[in-house]
Amino acid sequence: MSGLVFNDVSKHFGNFAAVDRVNLSVPHGTFVCMLGPSGCGKTTLLRMVAGLEESTTGTILLDGKDITPVPTHKRNLGMVFQSLALFPHLTVGENVAYPLRIRSMAKEEQKKRVEELLTLIHLPGYAERPVSKLSGGQRQRVAIARALALSPRLFLLDEPLSALDAKLREAMQVELRQLQQKLGITTIVVTHDQREAMTMADLVVVMGDGRIRQAASPIDIYRKPADAFVADFIGSTNLLTVEADSAGRAIVLGQPVPGLSLPNGMAKGLISIRPEDVHLAKNANGGIRGKVTFIRDLGGTIETFVDASGTTIVAVTTPRERGDITAGAEVNVVLPADSCVVLKQ
Amino acid sequence: MKREPPRTIADYAPLAFPAIMLIVFFVVPFSTMIAVSFFRRQQGGFYTPDFVIDNYARFLSAFFGGVLGFSLMLAITVAVICVAIAFPFTYLLTKASRRVQIVWLVCLLSVLSLSEVIIGFAWSTLFSRTAGITNLLVPLGLMSESQALLPGIGAVLTGMVYQALPYTILVLYPALVRLDPTLLEAARTLGASPLRGFFGIIVPALRNTIVATLIMVFVFALGSYLLPQILGRPQHWTLSVHITDQAIYQSNMPFAAAMAVFLVLISLALVGLTLLVGGRKEVA
Repeated sequence: MSGLVFNDVSKHFGNFAAVDRVNLSVPHGTFVCMLGPSGCGKTTLLRMVAGLEESTTGTILLDGKDITPVPTHKRNLGMVFQSLALFPHLTVGENVAYPLRIRSMAKEEQKKRVEELLTLIHLPGYAERPVSKLSGGQRQRVAIARALALSPRLFLLDEPLSALDAKLREAMQVELRQLQQKLGITTIVVTHDQREAMTMADLVVVMGDGRIRQAASPIDIYRKPADAFVADFIGSTNLLTVEADSAGRAIVLGQPVPGLSLPNGMAKGLISIRPEDVHLAKNANGGIRGKVTFIRDLGGTIETFVDASGTTIVAVTTPRERGDITAGAEVNVVLPADSCVVLKQ
Repeated sequence: MKREPPRTIADYAPLAFPAIMLIVFFVVPFSTMIAVSFFRRQQGGFYTPDFVIDNYARFLSAFFGGVLGFSLMLAITVAVICVAIAFPFTYLLTKASRRVQIVWLVCLLSVLSLSEVIIGFAWSTLFSRTAGITNLLVPLGLMSESQALLPGIGAVLTGMVYQALPYTILVLYPALVRLDPTLLEAARTLGASPLRGFFGIIVPALRNTIVATLIMVFVFALGSYLLPQILGRPQHWTLSVHITDQAIYQSNMPFAAAMAVFLVLISLALVGLTLLVGGRKEVA
């Protein structure tokens, strides 16, 4: 098939499995975000795609061809490093032209292509400047242009935006996504920032302990997390223990949740419910009794922390829906069944 | 980090100690030497204050010109060989594990503890006919009979490179350790083979360090005095050897001083030229 396929790929450092039997198939032109806490193996996996790290077992196929034995410089890929790795002794233009020079492209053509790429990244006319004179965001763009110079088959980025300040990072996320859609290039970004992944990706791959925990679209990852690790890592969530009673009802914190049932054969599990799906009501029937311990008013949203027999449940509302709940108030916590995701414990 | 520029005289106080040291131990003796280089030599004895340029004039002969040229070429050759060996070696060393790095650096530092005399005599033994390394090559069938590898220019170069190499590595090491390891990886992802990336990116990126190291080894090798005498023939003697010869054995202080001043001026000029050429490339 066309695209990138991982077949049982593992990487061991001594006894430690940094990447543990990864199987994944990425269709051509997909924007993939590898997401996970530090040390989960996402960067190692990316470096194996680039050939900078050898896999212990397994194969990586690109458009049906096994690229595992191909050395890095013959893989035709573009990579942006966390440090950017711009060549300090070269100008912007020379940096971008480096891969073209390696391929012995004619000087005139090199010049044309460099100007084309600099226009693409909104830095036309910067070719003569030394890279040391650029701002963080500009260096970022130059690194991207250099990686794209040869129209590679794969575009790899290792924590590309981590050095930028928050505002610039958000702008670059949008820009990177638009650039990728314009070029239709298969792109893999490694990040630990879930907002970044949600903004850019077609396919989010959540990794933990060297394994893929879930690979799905951003909204599915958010709405239907595969396990507690994913639910906890993506966004904030309430993870609550759930038990089935003799009548088959799902009991959370001593109260049945109407409309919710556990899968056959599961007696005990967890439910994940997003804070924005939790309803708080005063004097409502049913629901879990609790006491408001803290209210964090962020202006745009309000987070309410409710203590229900020792377990903290967080609810997020907009100021309009807030009602007159104050700290110390007794409330009923209502968990709508269709927003609860049942997970194995 | 940017610091405030010094404003009052008191702010310059920390500079006083090095300044005094420099004046007492460098400026004063060197000025004395410059003065002596213009003095008139008294036959068989000392010298009297005067202002003559005979000492410099005598230096401008084919013989001393040849010695100066040889000394400079020798120092340049040693510097180039040292950097050519040390740069790839140090680069690979920085990629090794910490334990390996420490073992190597300790070994290199222990070489520094050897005096020039010990290095000279050790190599003269190793290069000798009776006890030298050629005796090992005979049983291996690589040589029909053992032979002396000294005196000769090869032996002089070997000894001087051996002596200067640890300095070279120790000067290159900090710069290479700090080098971003992803530079070479980036070059590889852009289509450069590891070797091409090394020569096309790593070496030019560290050009200033390399030039500085070349100058350091050059200056270091220029002052070499014992090794050319132990391992070389008289035609391999450097200017330093001749300066000592004039000052101590011929009792001609003014001429020795003139040669020393000349040597300093020529090496300063060479270093300046190197920096000038290096600086111009950076702008281009």
